[in-house]
Amino acid sequence: MNVSNESRIGVFMGYALSLTTAMAVLWLVLSGHYDSTLLLGLGAGSAVFASFMAWRLHILDVETSPYHRLWRFVLYWPWLLMEVIKTNITVIRTILSPDMVLTPRMVRVKTLPDTDMGRALFANSITLTPGTVSVDLDSDEIIVHALLKEMTDKAGFADMAARSARASGEKPADKAGGMK
Amino acid sequence: MSEFLQALDIIRPYVAGAVLILGAVIVFLGASGVLRLPDFYSRLHAAGVTDTLGTLLVLLGLILFSGFTLLSAKLALVGMFLLLTSPTATHAVANAAHKSGLKPLLGTWRSQPPKDEPGNNT
Amino acid sequence: MIFTAALLLMAGMTLMLVRLLRGPELYDRVLAVNSFGTKTVLFLCVFAFLIGRPDAVDIALLYALMNFIATIAILKFFRYRTLDIALSKMQRRGDHT
Repeated sequence: MNVSNESRIGVFMGYALSLTTAMAVLWLVLSGHYDSTLLLGLGAGSAVFASFMAWRLHILDVETSPYHRLWRFVLYWPWLLMEVIKTNITVIRTILSPDMVLTPRMVRVKTLPDTDMGRALFANSITLTPGTVSVDLDSDEIIVHALLKEMTDKAGFADMAARSARASGEKPADKAGGMK
Repeated sequence: MSEFLQALDIIRPYVAGAVLILGAVIVFLGASGVLRLPDFYSRLHAAGVTDTLGTLLVLLGLILFSGFTLLSAKLALVGMFLLLTSPTATHAVANAAHKSGLKPLLGTWRSQPPKDEPGNNT
Repeated sequence: MIFTAALLLMAGMTLMLVRLLRGPELYDRVLAVNSFGTKTVLFLCVFAFLIGRPDAVDIALLYALMNFIATIAILKFFRYRTLDIALSKMQRRGDHT
């Protein structure tokens, strides 16, 4: 990223602040004790300490503290949930049928998002929908094992790749040529 | 409006129970799929049924039971954590098997041989 | 109703134990342990409601964390027969900021 030093420090402080806030909220949810000043102080201290350790480990970046672009993921989840429910019904019907017919396939999916985050999201989405599991991830393809041959539809994978690319913050325009 | 909310509060435990039972049934079906399917890679998919829809429905049922409390927030946290880690764990198992050279069953597999040509299960 | 759900989850856990004992591959067993852990987490959540002690949900959260780490650790160990590869890689990349 080509940004000036001051704005980088600003972005950095943003990561630290949002990570500390998230830690504090997590502590409040898990603790359930809000009446003792000592406990609250210890909780706040541990939240700050966790952020400090993240800074010491040099992992304080957008991947440890992605909260400011969480809304993109939140927009992606309902669609993913619908896909998960649909494929679940298919897989359960297959398991329940007394004369089960499986057509397992290993396919290579070539249409990938560009960023690491988008690829991780895409591979995880493939695994999360039952019936398809991402077995191996290379620089230019994902090897997917599918339970039924109907699940290896190229257009479906391309659609999911485009959506996870959008959810991880890529511009949709430069992906238009790579479809199909 | 408040009457509507009261009615909602009366039916809430029943809805919660139905969702919970449905989730538990789906978890059981996923487990029986893991037992029934023929090879390792296809068993992954049956385990995925438990990990996704089963988890979602069981925890949703429990959240409906407890209402808007801190316990619900904890249950949602459990659900979020399971949904974030289960694809990673599944991918790790699948990748380890693939890297070690375990061959998947490909082609067509039938639990019962077709009636006209017996023994055709490749 | 909660009791029925708990019974169904326990039946599912038993089926996973059968798969764990029957194998046949190592990876089948790892998958069975992982899936057993997921069901245990769900069972603990239901159990908390069954006996009316919400503390069990905390144990469920902890068990979910431990189950994930245990699966990854087992797989890594069986692949490399050692657990100190990541540390040596980190030392090599030590200057990277």
